[in-house]
Amino acid sequence: MTSLPQGPTTKKLGLVIDLDTCVGCHACAVNCKEWNTGGHSAPLTDFNPYGAETAGVWFNRIHSFEAGEGENCRTVNFPKSCLHCETPACVTVCPTGASYKREEDGIVLVDADLCIGCKLCSWACPYGAREFDESDGVMKKCTLCIDRIYNENLPEQERVPACVATCPASARHFGDLGDPASAVSRLVAERGGFDLLPELGYKPVNKYLPPRPRRDQPGATGAPAALAALSPAQDSPSGFLGWVDRLLSR
Amino acid sequence: MFPATSVIFFTTASGAGYGLIAALGVFAALGLVAPGLGLGLFGFVLAFGLITAGLLSSTFHLGHPERAWRAVSQWRSSWLSREGVMALVTYVPAGLFALVFTFGPWLPEGQGALRPLGLLSALAAALTVFSTGMIYRVLKPIHQWANGWVVPSYLALAAMTGLMLLDLALAVFARPSQVVATTTLIAIALAAALKAGYWRFIRTSRAASTAETATGLGRFGRVRLLEAPHTEENYLLKEMGFKIARRHAEKLRRIAALAGFILPFVFTLTTLVRPAFGLLPAVLAVLSAGLGVAVERWLFFAEAKHTVMLYYGATSA
Ligand code: SF4
Ligand code: SF4
Ligand code: SF4
Repeated sequence: MTSLPQGPTTKKLGLVIDLDTCVGCHACAVNCKEWNTGGHSAPLTDFNPYGAETAGVWFNRIHSFEAGEGENCRTVNFPKSCLHCETPACVTVCPTGASYKREEDGIVLVDADLCIGCKLCSWACPYGAREFDESDGVMKKCTLCIDRIYNENLPEQERVPACVATCPASARHFGDLGDPASAVSRLVAERGGFDLLPELGYKPVNKYLPPRPRRDQPGATGAPAALAALSPAQDSPSGFLGWVDRLLSR
Repeated sequence: MFPATSVIFFTTASGAGYGLIAALGVFAALGLVAPGLGLGLFGFVLAFGLITAGLLSSTFHLGHPERAWRAVSQWRSSWLSREGVMALVTYVPAGLFALVFTFGPWLPEGQGALRPLGLLSALAAALTVFSTGMIYRVLKPIHQWANGWVVPSYLALAAMTGLMLLDLALAVFARPSQVVATTTLIAIALAAALKAGYWRFIRTSRAASTAETATGLGRFGRVRLLEAPHTEENYLLKEMGFKIARRHAEKLRRIAALAGFILPFVFTLTTLVRPAFGLLPAVLAVLSAGLGVAVERWLFFAEAKHTVMLYYGATSA
């Protein structure tokens, strides 16, 4: 059924991605591929993997951007996977019912047995989160690691998405964004988390945390103000020392 | 967007086929085109042939053509599904209408049904083309599609090509109709005006989305791609990264305008003022319009830019 759940789902599982700490190592993309090529939408087919013009299905891609000019320019690594939108047109355009949004937790999935491979859902996703598998003839996408987060065969601390588990910089956080008291919701509130392409109205569940302000002014190191008094040569000295200072400063 | 041949053929051919059914339906209902065996056979074989060939071709680009029947299930939410439903539904009134129209003398009791069936067929055909247009109209990530020009253009182009086919069919049976030819001229002018409006719209307007809104990094200033996520092409770049040089687009627009509107207008006018030329101008009008609309449809895809390309270094969507 490609009609969306009536009203917003109470549980909104999703990711919070920290653009401040992401180091752009692609570990999350690799571990996503590793887990999911044996997971719910397996396999993530590769074409010509060892030759020229390699191609393949991935659910998570890491872009790098520059923003701003000159010395204020920022380099920002930018991971992007399905944002499990609250009003995703990728679901409503699907003619077969293969694409659906789960009522119980808001996860957006594709039923590979129903998909006819018309690709319309990938046109409807502004974020490029859906990739067609030429060899299976069906659409595939991030499953929010549905086969990890509810997997009782895994130790409890491993029941998080593969990308979250593997990130060496803890730049990816997983949780319920529908619960304002959850750790992820509080993180979003504290750090001013934002939506991608808010003007399109897809209401993404995944949030992005902006890079923190640059610390490029001396003295903003967090040292107590009292230490400043101990700093030598605060004022220009006078007399003999002043003469030496001026001599050395030439 | 990548211009897939199967979809271009489908929308062009089935558009003309539905246009022809609607034209036959309306003019027969108004009593302006008299039903008959020859015209019925020619017209409906042509119309159903174009529609069916188009529908079949549209399934070729599916990953699973054998599951195409599943596409009629989600008519509550999906315009693609509605298009599929309407395409199938239209066969019913249009098929009955074709029977009554073509075999009238053998079906005397059906004559009363000619008018309602004609109007019903025209309505169903129009709704099918409307649904086709809506598939594109609702795709917000594509600025060149999600605008008010798209659906009227689809409808006008279908009407225009269908009317030209009716002119041709009437010419084949040496029954040219001034009313049909005049209506065709009006439809061509209308379609040309809508297309001109559409082209001006996409040239002068910009998508609301930018690299800054796509990344949320506009707070730091202008955003540009430093490194793409992958070195080779992926599905997204192949499907949505199709680019056409502005120079080529302008040339193709001129071809579309000339072959799609200007020449068919001249040829149709010729059928009207110089009936002595017989079939030839009507045939030329159809051939020229077929080429012109196919080029127009190719451009409709090739000039459409998807927001996802903002994540791959596009400066506008
Ligand atoms: S990110 Fe794209 S694929 Fe994922 S829910 Fe939103 S629209 Fe659908
Ligand atoms: S490609 Fe599959 S999931 Fe996507 S819209 Fe078509 S049928 Fe639905
Ligand atoms: S949640 Fe799972 S499927 Fe989605 S990007 Fe992360 S690892 Fe990949």
